[in-house]
Amino acid sequence: MKPIVIRGGRVIDPSRRVDGKLDVLIAEGRIVGLGESLDSTDADVIDASGLIVAPGLIDLHVHLREPGFEHKETIRTGSASAVAGGFTTVVAMPNTDPPIDNSATVGFVLAEGRRVGLARVLPSGAITVGQKGEQLAEFGEMVKAGAVTVTDDGKPVTRASVMRLALEYAQTFDIPVSVHAEDHDLSRGGVMNEGITATRLGLTGIPNAAEDVMIARDLQLAELTGGRLHIQHVSTRRGVEMIREARARGIRVSAEATPHHFTLTDEAVVSYGTDAKMNPPLRSEADRDAVIQGVIDGTLDVIATDHAPHHYDEKEQAFDDAPFGIVGLETALGLALTELVHRKRIDLPTLIERMSCAPARAFGLPGGTLGEGSLADVTIFDPDVEWLVQPEDFLSLSRNTPFAGWRLKGRPVATLVGGRVVWSATKS
Amino acid sequence: MNSRYAPSLGKDLLGLEQLSREQILGILDTSEPFKEISERTIKKVPLLRGKTIVNAFFENSTRTRISFEFAEKRLSADTVNFAAGGSSVSKGETLVDTARNLEAMRIDMVVIRHGSSGAPQFLAERIASNVINAGDGGHEHPTQGLLDMLTLRDHLGRLEGIKVVIVGDVLHSRVARSNIWGLRKVGAEVAVCGPKTLIPPAIEELGVTVFRRIEEAIEWGDALNVLRLQLERMKSGFIPSLREYNRIFGVTRERLERAPRDLLILHPGPMNRGVEIDSVVADGPHSVILPQVTNGVAVRMAVLYLLAGGKSESAEMARTGMES
Repeated sequence: MKPIVIRGGRVIDPSRRVDGKLDVLIAEGRIVGLGESLDSTDADVIDASGLIVAPGLIDLHVHLREPGFEHKETIRTGSASAVAGGFTTVVAMPNTDPPIDNSATVGFVLAEGRRVGLARVLPSGAITVGQKGEQLAEFGEMVKAGAVTVTDDGKPVTRASVMRLALEYAQTFDIPVSVHAEDHDLSRGGVMNEGITATRLGLTGIPNAAEDVMIARDLQLAELTGGRLHIQHVSTRRGVEMIREARARGIRVSAEATPHHFTLTDEAVVSYGTDAKMNPPLRSEADRDAVIQGVIDGTLDVIATDHAPHHYDEKEQAFDDAPFGIVGLETALGLALTELVHRKRIDLPTLIERMSCAPARAFGLPGGTLGEGSLADVTIFDPDVEWLVQPEDFLSLSRNTPFAGWRLKGRPVATLVGGRVVWSATKS
Repeated sequence: MNSRYAPSLGKDLLGLEQLSREQILGILDTSEPFKEISERTIKKVPLLRGKTIVNAFFENSTRTRISFEFAEKRLSADTVNFAAGGSSVSKGETLVDTARNLEAMRIDMVVIRHGSSGAPQFLAERIASNVINAGDGGHEHPTQGLLDMLTLRDHLGRLEGIKVVIVGDVLHSRVARSNIWGLRKVGAEVAVCGPKTLIPPAIEELGVTVFRRIEEAIEWGDALNVLRLQLERMKSGFIPSLREYNRIFGVTRERLERAPRDLLILHPGPMNRGVEIDSVVADGPHSVILPQVTNGVAVRMAVLYLLAGGKSESAEMARTGMES
């Protein structure tokens, strides 16, 4: 494979405090070095002038739906969607059918991801066998097969004693336990945020407290056990406060903000739009503000999509009957740039920190850096180009997004994984 | 009848939230001439002759369905009833396919009752026929709201400035929401009263007062709209027992006798006598529960007629024309 020089872009690598107009030299799938006017004799040149060159974006939270729900998404289409969104690595959630709760299924996801050969697809394993919340799954076997975290996403572990054991047992393998914080008993029957909009629409609400009590519980258990806790898609103001306080006390916790929670409020549901139905639900303006503050100060150190594809038939139902979730891989960078960077809430290095470096650190993944010798996973994006979100153009198999028709500012231009251009805007 | 020109309702009647004060009053005024038709020996006018209407009841409701059916038949429409049980729905057909099939049969109007909030809007967005919401989940039941308002106006002489208390399970009640929207738009004051477990979060933001105690509500109001307390609410823990509910929130003669004025008593039915309302109150001199049922047919005739493109003046002309 010929070496590649990415020429003339603004290279931003917060992991090494790099921010400047530099060239990036890649050979044998790895970063050889950064420098000014590198020699490109015998190399393929990618012209990145006017563009941002960053360590590849990493999404710690995607649902690729395979095995079991291939009508919604497959590892192939999900990987294509990821690289089109600028993501070089995605962590696949285990709530498939069968659930990913053993080394064989972990191995299948990893192998299928490699066979597709677009983004790096890293599996997560379930915390408990069958996601039933009772017996711990074989963390050790799953980690050996390639799992990078264990998580109950979609089916929170009800019993505190089981969660305690998970946080203790996971330490043998130094992996974080990722949690979808929701007290299902308290949110029972709920389909959107509790509040005036739900009251007007006659829909059952999910109170903030359903999330807050579980965040509180799991932070206490992380403190008790010394385990690594990763809290997924934080949507409440109190949740952000508790995590901020826990972090200050030295509890080992990382946490996600999703683009939809920092962009929308529950008013997006107002005409029963099922593409605004997700869990945790879109909350109030005060909650949205708190999530943005959390991203700014690093309490929510990771931006993740919770990419949750559903077939259009499933969303084409009465609000109560439609499933939770929206696709997010192909709008995440545009939304983060539009809502956070262009509105001057965070700068570009912070954005890259939240979407690449911090996710890599949280799960101990390769990537998240352009350091010499590291994997040549690179995202090149134009922070200023305006574009229209047209779901029919998505590479994902599904189209369930509340952002159809939105004008966003900033989008990926090319995505390199292991030194190979796996997607570029000009080719697609 | 007031000769006010009723503004068009548009294609559908999904809720009172979307209607203006003028549209609401227009429907009430248009209901007046239709009241009289039901009092005749021959209870039929040809205003909707040739129109086909489907009553699609995905959730059981004998009373509302019968009321709509009478309204449709008295306007000479051709009607078909469709119930979820034993239909294609129980065979797994989706709402969108049901909608498309109804559409393919070239019907003019659909009256829909559905257990999911928003289902009528879902249907309305997908078919060209007029859609009338006959109750959707905990959202709205606009014709019930309208018939309650018509009954209040009949017996109190006006709507502006009157004080109406909605008592009971407001949380799950589509009747409550339609009453709140409708009454607020025409200048009535509205309060809700019930245990906090059955009062929707943030309801004050709709401009209503919340009373925690029935005694205070009775002292305040001109009329009580007493909601049905479904027995399931006890099983799911919203209240400890029906007996205690009656003791604390029941509308009883003793409580009403202590009020500074006589309160008008409404109930959307079906009643649980001895739970939310005592029989002596339901059967008493200030109960307008049966006039509500009578008005229900007139209001539904007005809504069907207006949605079909009729004008309020013509309703009056049809009535007098038939008489002469």
